Amino acid sequence: MASQPSDPNKTTPKSQQLFSCDLALSEQEKELNQRLRSLYPAVNEQETPLPRSWSPKDKFSYIGLSQNNLRVHYKGHGKTPKDAASVRATHPIPAACGVYYFEVKIISKGRDGYMGIGLSAQGVNMNRLPGWDKHSYGYHGDDGHSFCSSGTGQPYGPTFTTGDVIGCCVNLINNTCFYTKNGHSLGIAFTDLPPNLYPTVGLQTPGEVVDANFGQHPFVFDIEDYMREWRTKIQAQIDRFPIGEREGEWQAMIQKMVASYLVHHSYCATAEAFAKSTDQAVHEELASIKNRQKIQKLVLSGRMGEAIETTQQLYPSLLERNPDLLFMLKVRQFIEMVNGTDSEVRCLGGRSPKSQDSYPGSPRLFNSPVHKASSSQTYQTSTYYIHKFFFLPAWVKKTLPEGYYKKRDKTTQVSITVSFVLKLIGTPVLTQLSTGPKKYRFLVPIPSHCTAQNNTEVEMEVDHFSNGVSESSSNGFLNGSSTHGIDLEELDSAQSKRQLCGGSQAAIERMIQFGRELQSMSENLRRERGKNSANKKMLKDAFSLLAYSDPWSSPVGYQLDSIQREPVCSTLNSAILETHNLPKQPPLALAVGQAAQCLSLMARTGSGSCAFASVDDYLH
Amino acid sequence: MCVCNVLKHEVTFIAVPNDCIDALVCLGWKSFPLFPGLKLPSLPGQVDELQCLRRWEAGLCSPSRDFHRQLATVREVTATSRHYVDRLFDPDPQNVLQGVIDMKNAVIGNNKQKANLIVLGAVPRLLYLLQQSSSSLELRTECAVVLGSLAMGTENNIKSLVDCHIIPALLQGLLCSDLIFIEACLRCLRTIFISPVTPVQLLYTDPTVIPHIMSLLSRSQHTQEYITQIFAHCCKTPEHQMVLFNHGAIQNIAPLLISPSYKVRMQALKCFSVLAYENAQVSMTLVNVLVDGEQLSQVFARMMQRDKPIEMQLTAAKCLTYMCRAGAIRTDDNCIILKTLPCLVRMCSKERLLEERVEGAETLAFLMEPDIELQRIASVTDHLVSMLADYFKYPSSVSAITDIKRLDHDLKHAHELRQAAFKLYASLGSNDEDIRKKITETENMMDRIVSGLSESSIKVRLAAVRCLHSLSRSVQQLRTSFHDHAVWKPLMKLLQNAPDEVLVMASSTLCNLLLEFSPSKEPILESGVIELLCSLTQSDSPALRVNGIWALMNMAFQADQKVKVEIVRALGTEQLFRLLSDPDTNVLMKTLGLLRNLLSTRPHIDQIMSSHGKQIMQAVTLILEGEHSIEVKEQTLCILANIADGNTAKELIMTNDDMPQKIKYYMGHSNVKLQLAATFCISNLIWNEEDGSQERQDKLREMGFVDILHKLTQASDPSLCDRAKTAMQQYLA
Repeated sequence: MASQPSDPNKTTPKSQQLFSCDLALSEQEKELNQRLRSLYPAVNEQETPLPRSWSPKDKFSYIGLSQNNLRVHYKGHGKTPKDAASVRATHPIPAACGVYYFEVKIISKGRDGYMGIGLSAQGVNMNRLPGWDKHSYGYHGDDGHSFCSSGTGQPYGPTFTTGDVIGCCVNLINNTCFYTKNGHSLGIAFTDLPPNLYPTVGLQTPGEVVDANFGQHPFVFDIEDYMREWRTKIQAQIDRFPIGEREGEWQAMIQKMVASYLVHHSYCATAEAFAKSTDQAVHEELASIKNRQKIQKLVLSGRMGEAIETTQQLYPSLLERNPDLLFMLKVRQFIEMVNGTDSEVRCLGGRSPKSQDSYPGSPRLFNSPVHKASSSQTYQTSTYYIHKFFFLPAWVKKTLPEGYYKKRDKTTQVSITVSFVLKLIGTPVLTQLSTGPKKYRFLVPIPSHCTAQNNTEVEMEVDHFSNGVSESSSNGFLNGSSTHGIDLEELDSAQSKRQLCGGSQAAIERMIQFGRELQSMSENLRRERGKNSANKKMLKDAFSLLAYSDPWSSPVGYQLDSIQREPVCSTLNSAILETHNLPKQPPLALAVGQAAQCLSLMARTGSGSCAFASVDDYLH
Repeated sequence: MCVCNVLKHEVTFIAVPNDCIDALVCLGWKSFPLFPGLKLPSLPGQVDELQCLRRWEAGLCSPSRDFHRQLATVREVTATSRHYVDRLFDPDPQNVLQGVIDMKNAVIGNNKQKANLIVLGAVPRLLYLLQQSSSSLELRTECAVVLGSLAMGTENNIKSLVDCHIIPALLQGLLCSDLIFIEACLRCLRTIFISPVTPVQLLYTDPTVIPHIMSLLSRSQHTQEYITQIFAHCCKTPEHQMVLFNHGAIQNIAPLLISPSYKVRMQALKCFSVLAYENAQVSMTLVNVLVDGEQLSQVFARMMQRDKPIEMQLTAAKCLTYMCRAGAIRTDDNCIILKTLPCLVRMCSKERLLEERVEGAETLAFLMEPDIELQRIASVTDHLVSMLADYFKYPSSVSAITDIKRLDHDLKHAHELRQAAFKLYASLGSNDEDIRKKITETENMMDRIVSGLSESSIKVRLAAVRCLHSLSRSVQQLRTSFHDHAVWKPLMKLLQNAPDEVLVMASSTLCNLLLEFSPSKEPILESGVIELLCSLTQSDSPALRVNGIWALMNMAFQADQKVKVEIVRALGTEQLFRLLSDPDTNVLMKTLGLLRNLLSTRPHIDQIMSSHGKQIMQAVTLILEGEHSIEVKEQTLCILANIADGNTAKELIMTNDDMPQKIKYYMGHSNVKLQLAATFCISNLIWNEEDGSQERQDKLREMGFVDILHKLTQASDPSLCDRAKTAMQQYLA
């Protein structure tokens, strides 16, 4: 699975794993991973690994490596320039770094100090100092000159020698490079750099020794500060991106998207108010929205049996036509039974369950650990971001009708997202795509990575909107719980004692029986529709709960977490919407996903500004 | 305010019927539908158009050009002004209040209306109403608002307001307890005090004002903003700094650095930059201030982060620069070396606005002036030396053709840019030979200095000559580029009738150009520099006297007889002796140096001594008897030694009753340098192979010199010992 949180150890080159028993080294390794992650959060290391050391394979024979391939020394004769030797880093610099930086400390200048620090493309002759050949760039210590793919240097900076720390910074947004000496920027050395350059050093006389720092240690130069400047620049560029030429068009589009989002998630009161004040037609009847809201609430409070029943009542043919969906709902029902929350076992239990079943009556904070975990899977979890921010940029206020934002915070927040996303799609990506390879289409489908660790099936695709629903339920609840008659207050969020099926023997029996029904349903399904590994796994995982004395703390216990209701809820909601010929995803979610996808596309096509345009930044 | 520009340049006035205007006014400016297409800047929580206008006037937002145009068209009104003033005198207070409110609505953004009302005498009446305790608070507040609006107009408006004693009245108003009223008064005071035409001193006339204003800082974010802005503009002298400092400015303003309001943070920061400027006491206090548990220098360092607004980065860098120059932060502190210096270098980059580049360069020049390490770092940071070359390219040829406004802007800043660049070059090159070389090798650098020397702007000339002076410390540059570009020519021209500060720098540079190895020395001599330098020695400024005599001293070093005679003639012995009694030791030293240089090589000594011997001997006696430093006495003894080297001049010493005794005294002095010089003198007197050496030896032996010399041969100082032995040999030969 591509979107698994990256496990740094897995990307470690083998040569370094040999030393992994060394405590100090693993500490350094940890520090390196931490630093690289914080410096280059937009880089997907599965796709484009970061340079972490010099490559023992990609070097001239006169180069010796030591200290985990970070120290470079010269071991040739060093008589003429023909004895020059270079080494490249293990990987090229990924464009998604935005700004990349590494430092080299001169341990010894050796005989003459003919050292070159710089960049080169793969395949450039290693029997040379960086800068002498095409697609090779270097800054040389003996004369302080910069060499830009040429045998003759240009006066650039001061000379450098033993004890100096030379830094090399590649700006992948404007494709320039500057060096630093002992923490001081020396100014632009190269412009119009090609993509995919490797950090490179070259030495030429005996005794020359240099150490690289690819992030193993704190840098002497304050690269974060430089990155901050570029982040601000890029974000300003997005903010200032010109919007629709015709008056009102932009605003209308935003309002439409906001409205559709509200309707999709059944914020009926808000949607109604919004539609009224923006003169829009709602494309779904209010009653229908309320119905969906009702079902969603049932699902989210774990009352699956009632949810299924209500669905069948309100949308008679829906589940018949979607046996997989029904199966999923039933599996969830089973899980809720184990949990003691499902209506069927609750009546059997004769008392309200005290287990972890409930949704709190107030909106949940979105920095809960569960969300954290899923947010590390980059942008694929889409809509929940929408709820994460609480401020309003000035330009958004302008796009809304006067005085509007004060009353309806939620809608404005949504509209910010819309604006951002549209701009984001419009700003750098459009230009990028117009020049980029043809095979990338502008409309990128949202990838189907889910929050659940094990489901990659298409029907689970909507998972990534699930998180949004959690909020929607609580908001919907606030909007009009009394009118819907679903009393959620009785549910206690206190998790005093967790007992199987709420602790009732009758309930347990009912659960077991239900499990058998489920089993036979699964078999029927397989007979009718062929094998479905997702269904199989779903069922297996659910049944596994019974294998543990305390299912909640078991390895499969995550299923009991109320957050797992969200994908189910979202899938059901989408299915209902589809029967009404409404989009199964709100356009807003589509746009957010698209923006995220565009960003990763930019990373692939070498447009560095994607590093500083994270969707996250805008949704806080 | 930009509206006046619009009035002048863009608007064709259209006569609008008066009744129409009246109607507009009565509508209280809620009649914007009259101007279709008028786009109001949309504001959060916007109440009405009027408020929008007010915000615009307060600089909170900027309306479109159309807005100005429409506004100006309609407001071309004078006839109604009278009416407004009349209403201020209405017996019914309610009518007065309504009148003031209408007036407020009428003047906003309308300079012409403002001027009219001022001419018609509205100001004294408004001030009267504002001060009257019988006036309702609402009325008083509205008066302050109208006055604030009037102050927003032209400089002339401000002058009229100040002439009406508005400042004491508003300051008095601050004693009121009502916050809204206080804020209105402060806002008006702010507008007045930030104007260049307002005498800053008015803030300090009443000693109770500052403490009271200080106490208002806690009232609201607005009072904080206005007060800090007033302080930032009204702290111009060390006295002002001390007044504010003594009333707790630092403790009161420091917490504002983390205010939620950007404006407050920014103005507080500006306050610190003006408070710390060349003020050691303030700076020393600042380093120990904690804001929210954090040292102030760290707070400033954070404000220099590259994602902060440029204005903030620049001002924070200024604060740290001033603290550093005042000795409160070491120059090798990381926050200077790794933060402030790079930040200031960034401010010089082409991406910044011209104003920012000027300020950045000037501050950087100030920061590194005394520190060679900072100069070295700056010289390699971000290609600073070549970056500065760009400062000379304004107005660029492109701007002249394409954009008149840009040309105007460039022209306005061109001088400032050039002088800032010269200053920074001067500072960069003041110590390090390699940096000087780098500067001189920058494209057209010497040509730029040469043309800078003759620019009309004094600031540029001064900075250019400072730069030249800095570079003239390089022997290599004196020999090469200075000569190649004949810099002495514009320099000489500059020395005629220049203001003192320019003269000081120019003459100081001239001193270097007159050094013996400088190829420019000859042409300068021929250009009649001697008279000029002699006149400098008569200046009231000690610095100019020093430079004048110093240059003469350099000129006399190993010079031809002709030159020396010319110097003596031009200077005149009277002036020479006046300089020998100059209160400035430096002048005295250089004059002695000049004498010493004049009195070298035997024929010159004899010639000068024969004509001026008496006076010179008198002067020497005077100095040796007087209370002077060791250096002065040593120099004088050296002159005496030179005199003793002459053929005929010797006799002037020998026949002097006192002089041998003095020499004897100094040979036994506790200071080796004086002993050495005195021994040199004796040695010259008793030197063999010269006429009458025997007699002199005999005479001096009688006076006991041999014994002293003998004693000195045992001296611990090797050179003194050698000198004494050489002298003794004269007796033995």
